[in-house]
Amino acid sequence: MKILVCMKQVPQKDAPLKLNETGAWIREDVSYEVNEPDAYALEEALRQKEKHTGEVVVITSGPARAQQVLREALAKGADRAIHLEDNAFVGLDAFNTAKALAAAIKDEQFDLIFTGLQSDDYGYAQTGVILAELLGYPHATIIMQIEKNDTGIRVKRELEAGFFQFVDMPLPAVLTIQSGINKLRYATLIGIKQAKNKPLRKVTLAEVQSVIGDNLQKIERLYVPQKTKKTERIEGSPSEIAKKLVDKLRNELRVL
Amino acid sequence: MAALGYSPSEARRSPRTENSFMPDTMLVVTEQREGKLNRVSWETVTAGQAIAAATGWPLEAAVVGSAIGPIAAEIAAKKVAKVYAVESPKLERYTPDAFAFALKQLLTAKMPKLVLMPHTYQVRDFVPKLATAMGRAVISDCIGFKYENGKLVFTRQMFQGKFAADVSFASDAPWFATFQNGAFRGDKAEPDATVAPVETINVEIPGSAIRNKPQEVFKEAKQAVDLTQAEIIVSVGRGIKEQKNIEIAKQLAEALGGDLAASRPICDSGWLPMDRQIGSSGQTVAPKLYLALGISGAIQHIVGMKGSRTIIAVNKDSEAPIFEIADYGVVGNLFDIVPPLIEEVKKAKAAG
Repeated sequence: MKILVCMKQVPQKDAPLKLNETGAWIREDVSYEVNEPDAYALEEALRQKEKHTGEVVVITSGPARAQQVLREALAKGADRAIHLEDNAFVGLDAFNTAKALAAAIKDEQFDLIFTGLQSDDYGYAQTGVILAELLGYPHATIIMQIEKNDTGIRVKRELEAGFFQFVDMPLPAVLTIQSGINKLRYATLIGIKQAKNKPLRKVTLAEVQSVIGDNLQKIERLYVPQKTKKTERIEGSPSEIAKKLVDKLRNELRVL
Repeated sequence: MAALGYSPSEARRSPRTENSFMPDTMLVVTEQREGKLNRVSWETVTAGQAIAAATGWPLEAAVVGSAIGPIAAEIAAKKVAKVYAVESPKLERYTPDAFAFALKQLLTAKMPKLVLMPHTYQVRDFVPKLATAMGRAVISDCIGFKYENGKLVFTRQMFQGKFAADVSFASDAPWFATFQNGAFRGDKAEPDATVAPVETINVEIPGSAIRNKPQEVFKEAKQAVDLTQAEIIVSVGRGIKEQKNIEIAKQLAEALGGDLAASRPICDSGWLPMDRQIGSSGQTVAPKLYLALGISGAIQHIVGMKGSRTIIAVNKDSEAPIFEIADYGVVGNLFDIVPPLIEEVKKAKAAG
């Protein structure tokens, strides 16, 4: 099976983020990592390839720093990478991002395309489904299991509140992958070495510009949310904090 | 393979140019599953009523499925101008192809200005497809709206709740927005003395348009642990660092006479079983005390516990979103705080 994995570089989860005077978030001096569900999507692609043979291709869009995500994926076992490299890509909405990705892979035929179920930064949870629609492929979201069969694939969708559902679907298809579908592997030293010689194709903004239109939604302002609840800070040494908390539990919450 | 859905070229075409003689209307698409209205739909009705009050745009509602007359009647008792029952036997079991097909027909005919839906797993599955098929966009997972100087913006969280963003539409109608679970109160959906008219729309969906074959919905093994009745919950997140450290949280839970729970990443790692997971994909709880240890407060977790009467959060990151909803906050290392806390709790219990 030939599988494409769409990956995104996002700020590290505990990275402190700041806004500048114009209300844009400051991208410099931030540590980045791979979007967590995308890491699971890659792992699933590698496992499917190990089972059924084929090829795993990874793709991302973003500035030069985003290449790190692709390098890590190649070190873990992806065969080749595609980088839509330009600062402008970070400003695209989900609709235009999906269009740019579709344009970058127009000469390829994938059996499966994976994305993480959503990104940890913008959290649109849309790019994969939009990509499916643009390509004319069926899709299924929040996937926890994939089995290939004679007619296509059987996937396990996670629903809310502990419910699941199996869905049979034909190939090619787009799946958005849920965190926890598998156990992530680490890159090996040999893998890291081999990654340096694996092909990485760069796609410029100019190559896909013709399909990108104006964003259909606009972020008017970004701000630190106003607190709706008054939080009482408990301070002091650990033992003082412990005493104060127990006092609250006993005398205010009355749970002790 | 037959019928590949809409081609990109079709998606780029607008179904109909905006007609300035048509008044702007709004449509809430409610959600039903297995013939029952998903209660979260009432929250979206409340949101729609609030936007209607601000903008003056009449509010209509729709429900999509098979044999959904009773659900349409239930919605018609609320303050909405009209209810569309979008019917087809092919809509009995949810598929993104059939739902997007049916709704595209309705929306192309009615062309509402704004389409609202709850941000459920089902809506997430089909609404980006539907909007793309119409060349439109979805502002997803909103927590509120503002109507300022004639401009409608939707508020959504970004960066796991660290920032909020006000987002506007830059396209023609229809606009699509989905609201996060709990953003509005379902019990505030206004009823109306007059029952709204119900219009049944029978859609013809070609069998070839539906590519996925869904099986029965099921629950994985019986939920062994029911946390919904727990009075005290000690919950751990990534901040616990290693599996062996779960032990101190367990000791604290035992000392308090409470239950141990976790955020999703902990269960994904297999450090605690899935049936101890709190959040959108796990259990929704409302204990007297929710003690969050090393939980940052991603929205997927918050939706499962924000109804707790008292929330105490311990986290080393003072900017963690969990502090937005905590009653008591301790900024510090949980490994420093928890051991003395266990001792103090034990002392207090022993003293009676």
